[in-house]
Amino acid sequence: MNHLPQAWGRPRDDVYGAYDASYLQSNGPNQHTQSPVVTGTSVVALKFKDGVVIAADNLASYGSLARFTDVKRLRTFADTSVVGFGGDVSDMQYLDRLLNSLDTEEAYGTSGHTLNAKNLHTYLAKVFYKRRSDFNPLWNQVLVAGLDGEGKPFLASADLLGTTFSSPSLATGFGAHLAQPLLRKVAPDEEAAAHLSKEQALEAVKESMKVLFYRDARSLDKYSIAVVTKAGIELKEDEKLEKQSWAFADQIRGYGTQVN
Amino acid sequence: MSAMFSQNPLMNGPNYSFNQAPSTASGGHKQHGFYPYTDNGGSTLAISGTDFTIVAGDTRSTSGYNINTRYAPKVFKIGGTTDSQDDATLVLSVVGFAADGHALKERLDAIVKMYRYQHGKPMSVKACAQRLSTILYGKRFFPYYVTAILGGLDEEGKGAVYSYDPVGSYEREQCRAAGAAASLIMPFLDNQVNFKNQYIPESGAGHALAEREKIPLPRNEVEDLVKDAFDSAVERHIEVGDGLLMMIITKDGIEEVFKPLKKD
Amino acid sequence: MSLYGNLILASYASEAVKQGSVVVGIVSKTHAVLVALKRNAEELSSYQKKVIAIDEHLGLALAGLASDARVLSNFMKQQSLSSRLTYGRAIPLERLVSSIGDRAQTNTQHYGKRPYGVGLLVAGVDETGPHLFEFQPSGMTQEMVACAIGARSQMARTYLERNLEKFADCGREELVKHGLRALKESLAQDKELTVENCSVGVVGVRAEGKTAIEAFKLYDGQEVKQWVELVAEGAEGAEESMEVDS
Repeated sequence: MNHLPQAWGRPRDDVYGAYDASYLQSNGPNQHTQSPVVTGTSVVALKFKDGVVIAADNLASYGSLARFTDVKRLRTFADTSVVGFGGDVSDMQYLDRLLNSLDTEEAYGTSGHTLNAKNLHTYLAKVFYKRRSDFNPLWNQVLVAGLDGEGKPFLASADLLGTTFSSPSLATGFGAHLAQPLLRKVAPDEEAAAHLSKEQALEAVKESMKVLFYRDARSLDKYSIAVVTKAGIELKEDEKLEKQSWAFADQIRGYGTQVN
Repeated sequence: MSAMFSQNPLMNGPNYSFNQAPSTASGGHKQHGFYPYTDNGGSTLAISGTDFTIVAGDTRSTSGYNINTRYAPKVFKIGGTTDSQDDATLVLSVVGFAADGHALKERLDAIVKMYRYQHGKPMSVKACAQRLSTILYGKRFFPYYVTAILGGLDEEGKGAVYSYDPVGSYEREQCRAAGAAASLIMPFLDNQVNFKNQYIPESGAGHALAEREKIPLPRNEVEDLVKDAFDSAVERHIEVGDGLLMMIITKDGIEEVFKPLKKD
Repeated sequence: MSLYGNLILASYASEAVKQGSVVVGIVSKTHAVLVALKRNAEELSSYQKKVIAIDEHLGLALAGLASDARVLSNFMKQQSLSSRLTYGRAIPLERLVSSIGDRAQTNTQHYGKRPYGVGLLVAGVDETGPHLFEFQPSGMTQEMVACAIGARSQMARTYLERNLEKFADCGREELVKHGLRALKESLAQDKELTVENCSVGVVGVRAEGKTAIEAFKLYDGQEVKQWVELVAEGAEGAEESMEVDS
């Protein structure tokens, strides 16, 4: 998965060669979503000693147009988990409604909430896989953050193809290229993540958001960030990037009007 | 790259800035199809011995040049009665498209679990092997994009390895490598497990050379062979690495061994 | 429906339960046990299957029509597997029990259908600890601390009522013994507990409030010998029987 949601779910050019346009279908019946429209960019997340930090900016783009600048891409579930959405925003809103109804259904049991982040991730992965198998994908990559059945920090990804994986740090979209290397430096393995403090994790994630804003043209300096621990969720949805330094900018050569 | 942009008819939806000349087929208004597969890289390997079977796989998961995670097992215990699969007797490895691999594993596991519930005994490898084939063939026209290997002990207690293609064609073999580095590992296995191209020196001239006698390998040697195979694959294939997960099936149960591989 | 407002078919179904041999269930803070008396229909036949393991975390004991119980237990197995598949979660007991309750209730309401002729005791553990549920053909389900259903089960219930306050703090061995003693109470005069005629099912958490579980295990034949001998006539200490009598 690269940083272009439009490229997700497509055969890789470097493996299969450029797509043969003669296969483009002319209007057939029953067309499903074939490409995302309004999209969110990266989601980044990092595990630490007693929980997970997760962040995503508040921008929803329409192609290269920064269309909506106040879209919250982190959603909480049952006060125990956070889901961060990358990719198509309308599909995110659909999943939001789906999770709301799941939450309600779960709450009917007298024993109260029993779905933890791990259960939630399994469920979402099934939804994605079902939809891709129906050739009607939900064009997202999501990160699920929270705790597993044993109360240990849990972080995992699921995407439009139903692919899942888990790692001490994760980042979707552009973040997979830019943020993941930074986060892996802080937490190369589970062991290292289990020694990180909340402050260290927050700093690493915020730094990643800053780098993403510097380099990702479809990003914003307003973002949401959440910390999930046993104590609950601290979610802030109107954060502003701090201590930016654009000093590097005038060093860049080769674009625009500058030639040398 | 330009091909992946072209699905957005320029006038018809949002577009990224560069290189977006719309390519069209004959007539009208075009859309790109959704491609439901991806390749998550990695390699697997299984070798059967006289009273054991080893099934192994690396733990790297990739997408393109990215590493998704350094720990995503491709080898699974099948058909235990508990969540931890402590009493399982079969092992399945899947490599290719990870989501399909996962779905296939869960389906087979559910079937073998139901068999055990209904019959009060574990399924034999032979029966499970055939069932797996019908599962795969059942999706002949929308296949599980995976190469599966099933390992266990046969009715006589001998090691058994069954290998598959994505649509369910299968055979029992002595050993098999699958996945991204299959073409690197398989010849090594031919040589080291089945002693292919090994002759007894001075036993004759030219084609009259006597072949080296085939002897079943002991478990410790097979374990070393597996590690060597993966260490070599890691050197030459970018999608293989990070960790090696081995499952060793004996009459006493399934042993799990994890060894680190190079992370570069 | 009769003039008196009872559902005749459902009443017949509860008769079927009362004809089945007795089964007892008890929970403590850490364990849930099922104990069953098996009958053989005739000298030549084998003994019935009274306790069924559904999943790692739960099992059931039945009184009534065994074939109906098998339909229900297969359904429960499927529900349980599907929960593990969809959410990666062991199905909460209450949810599973109400799902069979709903199915059974529907049967009492539709033309051409008949109620299940079987009562169940469902024992298991989930996130909230060990549980025991009773299920009746009418669709009624309720959580119990201890319960006995089947022929002559009143005697077993009396034992359970008398010892009620002891159960909560029992370990697995003690709980099984209480179960067998309750079972013994309901035996006919000339009958005894033997390794042939009892089944025991045990499930529990490793320690109070912990999530690690001791998987549901069914004990039959020689495996129940240790317990049967412990509660056999004369083996029990004098004080123990005094207590029961008081």
